[in-house]
Amino acid sequence: MDEINSLMQGFGVALTLPNLGFMMVGLLLGILIGVLPGLGGANGVAILLPLTFSMNPTSAIIMLSCIYWGALFGGAITSILFNIPGEPWSVATTFDGYPMAQQGRAAEALTAAFTSSFVGALFAVLAITFLAPLLAKFALEFGPPEFFAVQMLTFCSFVGMSKEPPMKTLAAMMLGFALAAVGMDTVTGQLRMTFGFTEMLKGFDFLIAVIGLFGIGEILTTMEEGLAFKGKSARINFRIVWQTWGQLFQYWRTFIRSVLIGCWMGITPGGATPASFMGYGMARRAAKDKDSFGKGNVEGVVAPETAAHAAGTAALLPMLTLGIPGSPTAAVLLGGLLIWGLQPGPLLFVEQKDFVWGLIASMYLGNIVGLFVVLTTVPWWAAILRIPFPVIAPVIIFICAVGAYTVHSSITDVVMMLVFGVLGYLFKKLRYPLAPLVLALVLGDMAESSFRQSMLMSQGNVNIFYANWLVGGLMAVAIFLLFLPAWGALKDLLRKRETNAHLHQ
Amino acid sequence: MRIKTFALNRLLAALGMTAAFLGSSSAMAWEPSKPVEFVVPAGTGGGADQMARFLQGVIAKHKLMNQPLVVVNKSGGAGAEGFLEIKGAKGEAHKIIITLSNLFTTPLATAVPFNWRDLTPVSMLALDEFVLWVNADSPYKTAKEYVDAIKAGPDNKFKMAGTGSKQEDQIITVMLQKAAGKKITFIPFKGGGDVAVQLVGKHVDSTVNNPIEAEAHWRGGKLRALCVMDAKPLPYKKKVTAQQAWSDIPTCQSAGIDAEYVMLRGIFMPPGVSPEQVDFYVNLFKKVRELPEWKEFMEKGAFNQTFMTGKDYADWVARNEALHVRLMKEAGFIAK
Repeated sequence: MDEINSLMQGFGVALTLPNLGFMMVGLLLGILIGVLPGLGGANGVAILLPLTFSMNPTSAIIMLSCIYWGALFGGAITSILFNIPGEPWSVATTFDGYPMAQQGRAAEALTAAFTSSFVGALFAVLAITFLAPLLAKFALEFGPPEFFAVQMLTFCSFVGMSKEPPMKTLAAMMLGFALAAVGMDTVTGQLRMTFGFTEMLKGFDFLIAVIGLFGIGEILTTMEEGLAFKGKSARINFRIVWQTWGQLFQYWRTFIRSVLIGCWMGITPGGATPASFMGYGMARRAAKDKDSFGKGNVEGVVAPETAAHAAGTAALLPMLTLGIPGSPTAAVLLGGLLIWGLQPGPLLFVEQKDFVWGLIASMYLGNIVGLFVVLTTVPWWAAILRIPFPVIAPVIIFICAVGAYTVHSSITDVVMMLVFGVLGYLFKKLRYPLAPLVLALVLGDMAESSFRQSMLMSQGNVNIFYANWLVGGLMAVAIFLLFLPAWGALKDLLRKRETNAHLHQ
Repeated sequence: MRIKTFALNRLLAALGMTAAFLGSSSAMAWEPSKPVEFVVPAGTGGGADQMARFLQGVIAKHKLMNQPLVVVNKSGGAGAEGFLEIKGAKGEAHKIIITLSNLFTTPLATAVPFNWRDLTPVSMLALDEFVLWVNADSPYKTAKEYVDAIKAGPDNKFKMAGTGSKQEDQIITVMLQKAAGKKITFIPFKGGGDVAVQLVGKHVDSTVNNPIEAEAHWRGGKLRALCVMDAKPLPYKKKVTAQQAWSDIPTCQSAGIDAEYVMLRGIFMPPGVSPEQVDFYVNLFKKVRELPEWKEFMEKGAFNQTFMTGKDYADWVARNEALHVRLMKEAGFIAK
């Protein structure tokens, strides 16, 4: 096995003392970046990138990729504790993670999130190690129609998710699409819905919307409900880690499903955020007790975290082999590779063996060390919930504002965040679901571009969506998922009718 | 003059400036006294972003500035966000911006109010080249064969992928259309990397990627370079693929295609800054150009290494603007 030999050499490179040091520094910085909403892995890596130019490229990429792992781990922390997703891919984690924290099960939720992240990443790295050449080829099959099919699949796996009335879900989703359409339209090169305001040029950034809708919205609701966190009684000890691990084994199906979804989405490259939504949607569909989702089901934390981490890790593969980044952070790392004098592409694996295998080995080590670091901190994170609300609330608002500012270094974004906060509060009061809005905001733009690119390619012929087995298969699965809830409802209806008929006899 | 500056600095020192600042700035005309914001009017990972981050790295490594250079991406509205910020920061010498062709194309296509005359030109760093690429498995060995195939087919049979809409890639596509006399379907994508991969995956027939975006695929034998859109062939003679160097790619003109286009990679400052402040940055980039790292970067991306400052630079930008107005008018890309 060539791969095993190369990997062992890679471990030799990664396990030197300075490289281990860089790994730790990277992980700790990454966790911090992940915790601060808005800063984000991409920004964090971009800020630190220039510092690494004088370093040896292998050490530099080890440190930077560890920042990335750290941020993936850290994103879950604020989602669970405060309902503020530190990263876009942690949005789905809030659905069940935050209710768990409110029930005093924060430590359990954090342990589940970190462990799932680790499992997702581990399997994605295994896939990269042994299947890299094969997977890289597969990514080339993806043109605009295939991308649209994947995005359609994400939407369809999420439809019927919310317990709110379908019309409210639809309304929220349409609002999300409308917000996503503001700003530059890549296909025509024209500005849309900016109404002549230069502040609207850049459109609505997903992160700012999410920080406002979830973070600020939650604080407003809590203030109304009496200035207290509900998760105060959190038990704080290390035993909870072992206990949670014991329980997690029964969710092996969810793990496998989410790993597959995540690897798929990372390589194609759909990205970690859609992967987390799809992972959550699929887990809920497959579960027997669908109603417990959104009320603090551990599976609702496991599914999105596993998928997001698998996708985040797998996203590095198309970057290394094709030079297309599967995520914004990967895009920044790509810039780094070029500056260090390494040209990503099909030849990187041949020309820069030390570098590639050092990086892959650091993925294994970084994740193991990362898991250890975050698990030991679980009790301290959970203890934050014991701080009285009047003390912590201003701190959270401050962190949110800094986060919103960091995204584009623009003060208008902070105002925008507050507006979204009020919107989030209103949504909660009027019982409109936030998830469809967020999903449409993050995917609407991409789905629209892919659809219109496909239409340009085919000169307006919809046949392009079933022109080959790949796009046809994806579309078929998407449509099947879309009508599955309707089928279930129909069956219920028939059964009811039968029993009614029975009664009448 | 020296005395006057010194007196001014005394005054500033009295206002709370540090003694260190006083010492260094009385020795030289002007130096930044706080971190300099380096605005990139495009997203992370693209050509302008790569160059900006490279500059940030080498300037820090060789300590060419006593204050850090901080790269900030302001890509909203096809770069309008970044340009408007520089336009609005009158007299602020701690902000610079790197350009791509959207300096001309964005105001023309979207009518967002800014123009290079609203900014202070500092220097041209380099010109980015464009190459016509096809998949290595395609039957077209030369640019002429490819254009003949477009001529022979019906309208919209051939698909060109490019970055953005109504920007440089689409302008070049319109030039090719004119040469062939048939319509080419232009499919816009977000970044140059995506565009190259679409061609490797055979989802489109050709691209006009910048050299740096397609180099790896070319070297890997996946793409074929047909012609370069400059007046003369590229100067880089080192073999990139087994058979070819950048210098072996013929010009499009020589293949009978009237397509000549280069993209400005230049630096601008906000309006209302003093000549001393402009001189500081001009000297800074002159020093950068002498570094071996810069030369390596230029060769890797097969850049045209023309360097201009002052009036030469402003005149070049004015001519290039006129060219864009003409090309975009012909293509019907100007906002009404």
